[in-house]
Amino acid sequence: MNNRINTLFEKKTNNILSVYFTAGFPNLNDTVKIIQELEKNGVDLIEVGMPFSDPTADGPTIQKSSELALKNGMSLNLLFEQLKTIRKSVSIPLVIMGYFNPVYQYGVKAFCEKCNEIGIDGAILPDLPLDEFEAEYSSTFEANNLHNILLITPQTSEARIRQIDAACSGFIYMVSSSSTTGAGKKVEDFQKDYFERIKNMKLKNPTVIGFGISDNATFANACKYAHGAIIGSAFVSSFNADRKIEKTVTQFVKNILSPA
Amino acid sequence: MNYQVNEKGYYGEFGGAWIPEMMYTNIDELKRRYLEIIESSEFKGEFDQLLKDYVGRPSPLYFASRLSEHYGSKIYLKREDLNHTGSHKLNNTIGQILLAQKLGKTRIIAETGAGQHGVATATVCALKGVQCIVYMGALDVSRQAPNVKKMKMLGAEVIPVHSGNKTLKDATNEAMRDWINNPVDTHYIIGSVVGPHPYPDMVARFQSVISAEMKKQLLEQTGSEFPTRVLACVGGGSNAAGAFYHFLDDEQVELIGIEAAGKGVDTDETAATLSVGSPGVLHSSKTMLMQTDDGQIVEPYSISAGLDYPGIGPMHANLHKTGRAKFLAATDEEVLQAVLLLTQKEGIIPALESAHALAALDKIDMKPDDVNVINLSGSGNKDMETYLNYFGY
Repeated sequence: MNNRINTLFEKKTNNILSVYFTAGFPNLNDTVKIIQELEKNGVDLIEVGMPFSDPTADGPTIQKSSELALKNGMSLNLLFEQLKTIRKSVSIPLVIMGYFNPVYQYGVKAFCEKCNEIGIDGAILPDLPLDEFEAEYSSTFEANNLHNILLITPQTSEARIRQIDAACSGFIYMVSSSSTTGAGKKVEDFQKDYFERIKNMKLKNPTVIGFGISDNATFANACKYAHGAIIGSAFVSSFNADRKIEKTVTQFVKNILSPA
Repeated sequence: MNYQVNEKGYYGEFGGAWIPEMMYTNIDELKRRYLEIIESSEFKGEFDQLLKDYVGRPSPLYFASRLSEHYGSKIYLKREDLNHTGSHKLNNTIGQILLAQKLGKTRIIAETGAGQHGVATATVCALKGVQCIVYMGALDVSRQAPNVKKMKMLGAEVIPVHSGNKTLKDATNEAMRDWINNPVDTHYIIGSVVGPHPYPDMVARFQSVISAEMKKQLLEQTGSEFPTRVLACVGGGSNAAGAFYHFLDDEQVELIGIEAAGKGVDTDETAATLSVGSPGVLHSSKTMLMQTDDGQIVEPYSISAGLDYPGIGPMHANLHKTGRAKFLAATDEEVLQAVLLLTQKEGIIPALESAHALAALDKIDMKPDDVNVINLSGSGNKDMETYLNYFGY
């Protein structure tokens, strides 16, 4: 079965720009408009964030946007409703990103089927761990042509990266988090070692770097080592009550793609 | 039936380690090493010595004669309130600080609700000279001011958390974020039998000293190590886990957990997870949760900051599901009356949390010869302001 994520990585092997936004933020019904504008401005892949009340793996920006989105009335049901006809106007790959509990309450099988029906290509559920996914859900994802995108971090061992690469499809989300700066090394050196180590492993899945990518320089640096990079918080915090979505998105993507 | 954790970290259908990959290395290390470390004779020696000389164990099992007379049944109180720092929480933090040191960790983080676990963590960090950071909901910081000051005096950094309802759940979220950002040098001392495997089992083991002592003391005082029933309050459920632990397989002993009903289980202001909750995943564990149909976590409410949590330890979710333990709920009002009753019948001022277990005595049928053991998990010192305001002394 064809999946838009595979098609993307087949035709484009570097500088892939993936952008995350929180559905329901800044306004409840901005979802479709934001997706359309991101595609129009040259973004390659979009991660649609479904807000959760307790986003333990997110920093303050996405905590805040999630809280506001929920206050605005966002829910997984409503998100699917908003995306119902998205494939009439948008052709780039779409990935749903969020926490496991809302998916669990919706029903994992129903969730995968709905994604398939709408034309969602992948899911990133950070708190659905590898072993639970493999034991319970991988066949359901596969049957619905839905990639489960798994994460690796600077602490992930080589053996586990191989295991994740085998179980993962679509791409691998490389968390750049460089909070640990081993024996006296500077953050940049540590990160460089990590990025190079992964690059040299020649994984079967493409890699995309996320966390801490916020401008042209960090995007370009990440793209030296991986197929592309993901921008989340920086995009979410670029929304401003006085500006139209069109203008916000155009300006933001332009800044990422062209050197300052 | 087996009520203990299985090798996959589950109690029946509850538990597991629903962790983001960023926590994998730490949780995997704990999972691989905790049993080998805590079962070593070296660890046991240090742990038992500190429990005896530093915590003040064994804690007394006290026959409450005037309270027994009042209820027409024999009531014994397991005096965890007499431990150093005033609650059962120190049993766990002593265990975890020793474990953290064996793992080579130099920085300790913790979450706290009522502040008892925060104080217990700050205490062991002072004892061992280790850096300590405690996350506490901003609302709890204001309603538990004396404990905040104690933690600071003990040398801990207290970070108020302003997200969500500004209580225990939010403090736990923030502690998890800290661990994700500091994956190498830091150990997270979770204060209850919640969180990813192996925490629920590890914390239950450290707290199990409570029921081990109960058995010995009951044998001495009543001639049998088996009481009719054991009662304990449940938020996350660590004191109940400790009080139930060595009785789990003694099916003749009735186990009763008491949740915080807040203003009532039929109101929006409650923390009685088992009465109003359903299965879900929060804080890396599959357990019973207070949540909406959409899977968003509902903010709990209780007068007691220590029970103000929208989930429950997976061990208790399983005891509830299998029927091995019975779970009741007590309202704020019932709890305050129970505080006053114990204070004036026995001269013991209990913590708000522990008084939930006392309030259950009005809800169960007790025969004159029944032996009822209540785990009096904490002292009321931290709650004096609430008591003085409510009772008007």
